[in-house]
Amino acid sequence: MSRLQMTVNGQEVDINVDDSRYLSQVLRDDLRMTGTKIGCNEAECGICTVLVDGTPVVSCVYPALKANGRRIETIEGLDQHGELHPLQQAFLDHGAVQCGICTPGVIMTAKGLLDQKSAVGETVTEADIKSALKDSYCRCTGYQSIINAILQASGQNVAPYIPATQAAGQTVGQPRPNPNSLAKITGKARFTDDYNFPGMLYARTKRAGIPHGRILSINTAAARKLAGVHAVLTHADIPGRNLHGVVVADWPVLCADKVRYVGDAVAIVAADTPEIAEAALELIEVDYQVLPIVSDVIAALRPNSTLVHETHAEGNLLKHIKVRKGDLNAGFAAADVVVDQTYRTPTTEHLFLEPECSIGVPAGYNPTKFGGNCDLLAVRGERAKHDKTTIYVGSQIPYTDRDQAAAALGVPPDRVRVVATLMGGGFGGKEDIVGQIHAALLAEACKRPVKMLYTRQESLMVHPKRHATIIRIRTGATSEGKLTAVEATLYGDGGAYASLSDKVLTRATTHATGPYDVPHVNVDCFAVFTNNVPCGAFRGFGVTQSCFAVESNMDMLAEKLGLDPVEFRRMNALDVGSVTATGQILRESAGLNECIDKVDFDMRGQNFRWTWDEGHLRYAWGLAVGYKNTGLGGGAPDKATAEVEVWLDRQKGPQAEVRISSAELGQGLPGVLAACVGEELGLPAEQVNVLLGDTDFCPDGGPTTASRQSYVSGNAARLAARAVAAKLAPLAAGFLGCDAATLEFIDGEIIAGEESVSVAEVLTLAEASATSTVAQYEYWAPKTEPLGSGGDMHFAFGFCAQAVLCEIDMRTAEVNVRQVIAAHDVGRALNPLTLEGQIEGGIVMCIGYALTEHYIQEQGEPWTNVMARYKTPSIVHAPKIISHIVEHNTADGPFGAKGVGELPSIPTSPAITNAIYRATGVRVRSLPVDQDELLKAIRTSATEVELAWGDRDPIPTIKFGGER
Amino acid sequence: MTSFCTNYHSPVSVEEAIELLRHYDGDARVVGGGTDLLVEMRRGLRRPVMAMIDATRIADCKIISRSDDCVLIGCGVTHTEIINNATIKKFGTCLAEGCGVIGGPQVRNVGTLAGNVAHALPAGDGTMGFLALAGEIEIAGVNGVRWIPARDSFAGPGRSVIDRHREILTRLRFRAAVIGEGSAFHRVMRPQGLCLPIISMAVSLRLDGASISAATISMGPVGPTPHIADAAMKSLVGDPPSAEKFSEAAEIALQNVTLRGSKYRATTEYRAQMIRTYLPLILARAAERAAASRHLAEGVAS
Ligand SMILES: Cc1cc2nc3c(=O)[nH]c(=O)nc-3n(C[C@H](O)[C@H](O)[C@H](O)COP(=O)(O)OP(=O)(O)OC[C@H]3O[C@@H](n4cnc5c(N)ncnc54)[C@H](O)[C@@H]3O)c2cc1C
Ligand code: FES
Ligand code: FES
Repeated sequence: MSRLQMTVNGQEVDINVDDSRYLSQVLRDDLRMTGTKIGCNEAECGICTVLVDGTPVVSCVYPALKANGRRIETIEGLDQHGELHPLQQAFLDHGAVQCGICTPGVIMTAKGLLDQKSAVGETVTEADIKSALKDSYCRCTGYQSIINAILQASGQNVAPYIPATQAAGQTVGQPRPNPNSLAKITGKARFTDDYNFPGMLYARTKRAGIPHGRILSINTAAARKLAGVHAVLTHADIPGRNLHGVVVADWPVLCADKVRYVGDAVAIVAADTPEIAEAALELIEVDYQVLPIVSDVIAALRPNSTLVHETHAEGNLLKHIKVRKGDLNAGFAAADVVVDQTYRTPTTEHLFLEPECSIGVPAGYNPTKFGGNCDLLAVRGERAKHDKTTIYVGSQIPYTDRDQAAAALGVPPDRVRVVATLMGGGFGGKEDIVGQIHAALLAEACKRPVKMLYTRQESLMVHPKRHATIIRIRTGATSEGKLTAVEATLYGDGGAYASLSDKVLTRATTHATGPYDVPHVNVDCFAVFTNNVPCGAFRGFGVTQSCFAVESNMDMLAEKLGLDPVEFRRMNALDVGSVTATGQILRESAGLNECIDKVDFDMRGQNFRWTWDEGHLRYAWGLAVGYKNTGLGGGAPDKATAEVEVWLDRQKGPQAEVRISSAELGQGLPGVLAACVGEELGLPAEQVNVLLGDTDFCPDGGPTTASRQSYVSGNAARLAARAVAAKLAPLAAGFLGCDAATLEFIDGEIIAGEESVSVAEVLTLAEASATSTVAQYEYWAPKTEPLGSGGDMHFAFGFCAQAVLCEIDMRTAEVNVRQVIAAHDVGRALNPLTLEGQIEGGIVMCIGYALTEHYIQEQGEPWTNVMARYKTPSIVHAPKIISHIVEHNTADGPFGAKGVGELPSIPTSPAITNAIYRATGVRVRSLPVDQDELLKAIRTSATEVELAWGDRDPIPTIKFGGER
Repeated sequence: MTSFCTNYHSPVSVEEAIELLRHYDGDARVVGGGTDLLVEMRRGLRRPVMAMIDATRIADCKIISRSDDCVLIGCGVTHTEIINNATIKKFGTCLAEGCGVIGGPQVRNVGTLAGNVAHALPAGDGTMGFLALAGEIEIAGVNGVRWIPARDSFAGPGRSVIDRHREILTRLRFRAAVIGEGSAFHRVMRPQGLCLPIISMAVSLRLDGASISAATISMGPVGPTPHIADAAMKSLVGDPPSAEKFSEAAEIALQNVTLRGSKYRATTEYRAQMIRTYLPLILARAAERAAASRHLAEGVAS
């Protein structure tokens, strides 16, 4: 122990610390200043940045004693006496905050820059910002809003970038910061790891560490004896069902007989400190009979292959998905040109910057027994009681978590409560169970709260990824340019467990013609079990993969036909009246042509050229389009229930609260729900509180997936608000002496013609007459039909077009995206500010898919085992984004809206490879683009590249319809 | 792994540091900014030590000074301090350029040149710039103090002749560029998940009249330790700078190394191609700077 004296945000700190402590630990754990966040503990992500004597440092590898005598600044010290710092204000105004986990680090890094520049009297430029924030990652925003916000904060006049939209209503369509952004920019926002409970223990998980093996014995005796260890649990200690799974329960909570991938959990430990828990893991002995590994999707389906799940009826075939339309032979007979190509896409990682964390609290937990109070009381009032097993977790599907945890605990679902905490990004990667059940089991075993925080390295190894695919696709068209047929076969690597493979790869299959009217279609997809890390949901949900293949073929066909690629797409674009590959007739809201027109017009602005040279740099445009369903579809019941309550607060006037268990990943759901409710009740969105994700206090909003929340939960909220309005209407009508049906709710007033009464007044009447002002609404989305039935597989689709301007260094084959012009048909922009954030973030994520990201596994062992080995786009890669919002209203969506969350992450990668082709004559068939291979191709005048970065073997030859 | 040491010491003099190193008798480790060492500890690649001896609070260790014809850099000097320093930018341009590409600002604000050299990676960027300036390092230990050429300090990838458990790199120095000398640095990376360069190179050269009279070329990774391309350097001397000469030098450099492909980083061919492309370019840039320094000295606008 040594004495550490420093100032933190101007306050003297004088404490004794362990010599072996990092500054981040002192701040977060010893001083309980949790505004500084942890994303990697590897000096990679930058979110732990604080200022030491005015300069930014990453606190996670900064020895605390280095701070002795220094001046530390953290996010908590930025706002003074309730006055926001200009950076904080600018981040709010520009919507530069989404999930918010990166925000403290990004803002502090920016503060270092602004302070330094203002000290020498220099203006801040975009180049300065890019250089200062080079290692400050944000996975959500795409950086454009961050750059603009910093410019604004430096005193320059930069307006938030918000594309034009149709006329706004009272609240709907108004650009407004996400309601939780204020907490995120001040460091007050709390993510799961920021919660602490008196008496809390720390948990770690013993992982298989091998991709495939039979468990011969597990010995936990030594671990149990370690001082400070409270519990070591194995499969034998699970009171209920030892399986979980979002679609199929095939994933052991704790493995009993077999491990199927390196991240499989074998035992869990709770101890006084994370270090003791970690040490206990080393003492657990597990004997395995090592089994042969299945790691190749094609070999996995051969008859003699080792089986991942011996009891699965179809061996390693997780699912065979088929799309059939028309007569394929007739389609190709009618084609004058055909392109037949095989593509490969990589396994990719969400890299949400907040690693998974769950806290389990046992039923009957009494904090005073451990000499303290729950700090949660301040946050959630009476809701903070723990009369049942409670799990605090940032999860995309709270109700499913609850049911799965209850099953494992062997109790009815209503004996478990899931409280959704803020989530530091999800992108589909927080749908499956990871630590939730483990934390609950340990909490009940120890009768103490237990925190299960994953390290970044563990997160990389454990949670499901985006499916790697191999896609062969043959596209035929007439010489006039009409598509006649598409045949495709996809192999998707599902990894060791089912997760959401079925759903994801169904989407890849049904969207495998692209958003085009194709009369004859035959698509087969094989979802395959292997001993790789499981794959599940990831923004784009399979469509990102097939779009790469579809849109590459489209450009090749256009070239063969001698047609302009934009014109060729226009000729075949889905529109109202078209029939999709699954036989669905589009009856409304298909704005693809308008998207194409908008992008084309901008792209062909002044002095348009497809490609040109500037010194050794070559520039080229590339374009691609995409579409994506909104909602679960395929006949799955798709519903959400919301509860809305209105009351009169004597100081603040009428207040509403909407409660629904849907998840906020940073995408801006609270703002959307507040707008929907405010619009119906005629209240400003600021007066609508949003309570999300508490299975005891919020009805089920269904899973936060499939870009469905604005539509489904938005409708539930809107209709629940309307139900409350219907309760107020008779009172208002009585007061005004008019017919309740004619009333309008506008600006805090209830209006009938010339007459009006304030909502506040009516609420007073309601109180006096004991009229209920709370209502629930269970909203059922329009019914859909299963794949193969030819009916409406989905109730809505979003459409988009994107053009990218790529810069290729012809000496190194380094590729950069300089500009993106995008247009997205979202039905209706409910909140243009957060909507634009989704678009920009999605595009940059898809740039990563094209250029930087590959989760590499070698024989079931992740090579990508540290964050340093997985690079997502940094601010340096951020292009200028010009965005158009197209609003072809839907009839049933809330105020005409449909989904947008995934859409922007779909066509960017083929747009990039189409640009690369135009620039170099080289067709890239695998992602992410490898500059080494690309340069070789350029120098040898080859016409294609087959190996991506991280690939070792050529793309296998696959037969249409598979081997069988 | 969160533990990295039992005792953390921040000595304020070289004598105190050496006394501590003597005391711990090998169970200590010198730390600079910790941006290499502590990341390795965090990742469990290195065991915790009994004592960490922080070299960045030693008196005068933050100083960059010019004495006689030398530029001296203390072991506490960070990359940020180097790239903002007018003396280094002018008299050791390639060093400032090399340090300028390291990490992001958070790492440059803490990481030191001493740490970069002592870490002894085959292609540390600051190291590469320093080597092209024929830099020397001062090593202090229980047995006294010695200056050695930095190029002689590498014993293998990550292995240094400095015994980092018992010795401390106290200062670095290089001969300041004189009129007619210029230097340049370049590095090629890839955007994917690998923080190590495909190739990092630095050069410095001197012009006497119209001809090159001396040249130094450093590059890595082309072997287990940073490489000085002696043959290529010799080939340049005596001739005027020209594109052909520089390309020839690149070929000679290539003939004298055995390039290897490294997994997920670069193939041999790509590495070779990058040397062929960029070595001539930075030689040309260094020559231009050398010429410009003369013009400046003669008061001619350049
Ligand atoms: C995100 C990130 C990006 C990075 N990018 C780059 C990059 O682009 N290029 C690059 O070259 N490096 C890079 N690095 C590595 C690192 O930052 C640099 O090598 C830095 O210069 C190391 O200096 P340090 O003071 O932090 O060294 P430390 O980590 O403190 O020490 C490194 C080694 O040197 C020894 N040592 C340090 N100081 C002394 C001394 N005075 N006497 C004796 N031994 C000593 C230590 O014992 C240790 O073995 C990066 C690191 C991170 C975390
Ligand atoms: S850089 Fe410190 S947590 Fe990521
Ligand atoms: S807002 Fe930046 S990571 Fe989520």
